[in-house]
Amino acid sequence: MKFISEYRDADVVARYMDEIRRTATRPWTIMEVCGGQTHSLVKNGLLQLLPDNVRMVHGPGCPVCVTPLHQIDKAVYLAEEKGVILCSYGDMLRVPGSKRSLLEAKAAGADVRILYSPLEAVKIARENPGREVVFFAVGFETTAPANALSVIHAVRAGVSNYSILTSHVLVPPAMEAVMNDEESSIDGFLAAGHVCTIMGIDEYYPLAERYQIPLVVTGFEPVDLVQGILMVVRQLEKGTCHLENQYSRVVRPEGNPEARKMIGQVFEIADREWRGIGNIPMSGYELRPEFSAYDANKKFAVNIEKVPESAECIAGLVLKGIKKPHECPQFGKKCKPQSPLGAPMVSSEGACAAYYHFSQAMEEVVS
Amino acid sequence: MCLAIPGKIRSIESRYDGLVRMAKVQFGGIVKEASLEMVPAAREGDYVLVHVGVAISIVDEEEAQKTFEYLEQIGEIDDLIEHTQI
Repeated sequence: MKFISEYRDADVVARYMDEIRRTATRPWTIMEVCGGQTHSLVKNGLLQLLPDNVRMVHGPGCPVCVTPLHQIDKAVYLAEEKGVILCSYGDMLRVPGSKRSLLEAKAAGADVRILYSPLEAVKIARENPGREVVFFAVGFETTAPANALSVIHAVRAGVSNYSILTSHVLVPPAMEAVMNDEESSIDGFLAAGHVCTIMGIDEYYPLAERYQIPLVVTGFEPVDLVQGILMVVRQLEKGTCHLENQYSRVVRPEGNPEARKMIGQVFEIADREWRGIGNIPMSGYELRPEFSAYDANKKFAVNIEKVPESAECIAGLVLKGIKKPHECPQFGKKCKPQSPLGAPMVSSEGACAAYYHFSQAMEEVVS
Repeated sequence: MCLAIPGKIRSIESRYDGLVRMAKVQFGGIVKEASLEMVPAAREGDYVLVHVGVAISIVDEEEAQKTFEYLEQIGEIDDLIEHTQI
């Protein structure tokens, strides 16, 4: 077993689709929380294969999409005005700030570098002792341990010219914000498999209980997704609201204890602003005070104005699953991946970009 | 962003006086380095799930099989219920 190709088997997907069709007798709306799952559902054409009465809506689980405009402006400011080596994951670079994106700053001469891992940023700091290196640490719980580890590596190696600009967000508070919205019509959730790989599944029992909603921790390959959807539909038809784990080959109930320890050592939970959604209490990570020497927010004085979002972008409604990307009047017209109005059109995991690249929805808009 | 890919550990080495365990992990035809600090039990030959250069879980082969048995099991469970009702 290689754990990839087997989970992309079209025959197995077809058998699951048949079973979903047989099982679903009423209309159900299911949200996949994670942007990686959105991408996989759209790219693999699974949305078209589902029966009409099983409707998927796409959640807020795209870190690039929910990183506030102000944070992007800060990163651009650090790269342009403070002369730092600004490192980040590739997706983050094209997201528009209020004036420009990091990629545009790079084109204008700022030292902006795309990295695969935050651990590489520490290496860059070691190799450039005369310069400050800032890693733009975005991500959900999945990415927090790696970003925390980069700080630990810097401490261990005595690297003092390294810091991180955190924009860390947490999944369970976002799911609550989605469910608390009056316009929400969600009947069941596919919970984000890789977030649970780190955190375990315990924090989802209270959500299933409070909102009386089935939750299935699900993987990312086509077979994973259709199995997760079937498990939710079976619960909905039976009227149960349990937490189940489809992704047990990777997700242990307790999560990854080492990774959780690493997060607890470096980060603490804090309020966090989500782009398009607003402030959600206790929904993100900040560095603990004992690591403030590695906190770019404290290391550099950044006094820049907060600029309001584009009024034409309905990203907030898309991120909460209230509107589908193609229901936005600007979708595919004024807003395209080359000239995005909002972040969900930028990241490959943003619902708008996924629809633009892979979905029939685009053809419908154009025709 | 939360993309994580399973790959097979080809070799393991210690760095920084044994503080950091790094592995060469094979993903299809590509070999990349990954930190094993979050998966201390990982051994050569294991499949690990790697996210931004850090292994975050060891893939459990026995559990992996369950996805392919689920549909049959549904059938069996439903049969059992039907049988009991008769």
